[in-house]
Amino acid sequence: MSLIEITEVKKRFGNNEVLKGINIDVAPGEVIAVIGKSGSGKSTLLRCINGLETIDEGSISVAGAQLLPDELHLKALRLKVGMIFQGFNLFPHLTAGRNVMLSQMVVKKTPKAEAEAMARRQLERVGLAHKFDAYPDQLSGGQQQRVAIARALAMQPIALLCDEITSALDPELVSEVLAVVKELAGEGMTLMMVTHEMRFARDVCSRVVFMHQGRVHEIGPPEEVFASPKTPELQQFLGVTH
Amino acid sequence: MNYAFDFGWLLDYWPVLVKGIAVTLELTLVGGVLGVSLGVACAWARALGPGWLRPVVAAYVELIRNTPFLIQLFFIFFGLPALGVRMGELEAANLAMVINLGAYGCEIVRAGIQATPKGQFEAGASLGMSRIQTFWYVVLIPALQRIWPALSSQIVIVMLGSAAVSQIAAEDLTFAANFIQSRTFRAFETYFVATLIYLALAIALRQGLRGLGWTLFPKRTAR
Repeated sequence: MSLIEITEVKKRFGNNEVLKGINIDVAPGEVIAVIGKSGSGKSTLLRCINGLETIDEGSISVAGAQLLPDELHLKALRLKVGMIFQGFNLFPHLTAGRNVMLSQMVVKKTPKAEAEAMARRQLERVGLAHKFDAYPDQLSGGQQQRVAIARALAMQPIALLCDEITSALDPELVSEVLAVVKELAGEGMTLMMVTHEMRFARDVCSRVVFMHQGRVHEIGPPEEVFASPKTPELQQFLGVTH
Repeated sequence: MNYAFDFGWLLDYWPVLVKGIAVTLELTLVGGVLGVSLGVACAWARALGPGWLRPVVAAYVELIRNTPFLIQLFFIFFGLPALGVRMGELEAANLAMVINLGAYGCEIVRAGIQATPKGQFEAGASLGMSRIQTFWYVVLIPALQRIWPALSSQIVIVMLGSAAVSQIAAEDLTFAANFIQSRTFRAFETYFVATLIYLALAIALRQGLRGLGWTLFPKRTAR
């Protein structure tokens, strides 16, 4: 059974249809890379999956939690699927540890001691146990992004959405974040990531989705998609980025 | 100039001044705490609240910001009894100050909220927090930090503006000064002393608010 079911999803911003009927099923443990030119709708698709954007038609569900626009359903959905952003979006007034503790305490009503233990475990997992008391602006971009990953993991989601999570990083910091993601993939976490890191997509992902003009233009295992792209659009896209 | 300065009355009248200072401080404390709270609530309503609430709050804010404090005070103290709402001069003074600071505070805090990066709201939402929870735990403290200097100034303005409450016979520092002046006819000396006291109070309040800012918003970097 699929974990994430995206069925005939359409999304419009005014008159501009950015998603024109998307169908993707993601199995548990799959790592999906979503690639495509800017404006192809890949980020919008990801943002729809945890309800940061509403959809106009179709349906999305994650492990049985349906995307519906009311707060109760959104909360249920967001407890199953975490999200990591290009800009990290850490809370600037809280230490790294507090960033990881906050939503556990506020949303799940986890007692403080338990939330703190979980925060320490997750920060350890991303290699930042020693930064528990550091504020976000005392951390490098790569460290901030790893804290953001720990923060999402502390909610124990079934799947993680990664929206260009290395695009805002200096080149030398990209690898430390990708290493964490690779480890998660190895542990069986279901991941869906919009990325421009083609080598990473090729090495780590189980399937690659190429989006073009609001549609899934090609989809398949990375060795197929990268080695023998069928459509001229994908050939051109890969030619440009390689 | 052959005016002979005489501060001898201070010996007799200092208890009146002390009581006036106490009332001014009480008005500032209550007005500050409740006024800022009201301002935060209104800022939330106006920036993020339900659609029907926004015009209501906007009307309140515009009403207060475009009328004199003295008239607001007179309306509460002399006007409302006609509707059967009666209160003592201190209650009226407190209420007027809360309502006044609430409106100005609303606009200041709202500016802080609106300067919040969109990603903060999205991060809160993606972690399962409700809109209110995101506002309270994620948005509010950095928003207050952004506008703290402006808000502090407004609180000092309200403290100084509290002099107006002497007009409804609330016995604040200005009332005390007027009282002493009318007894001693030492206008220069009385208002000179009152001026110094207000100056000291305002400086102390500013420093206190700065200190409060340091505890509320722990410094993030040594920059």
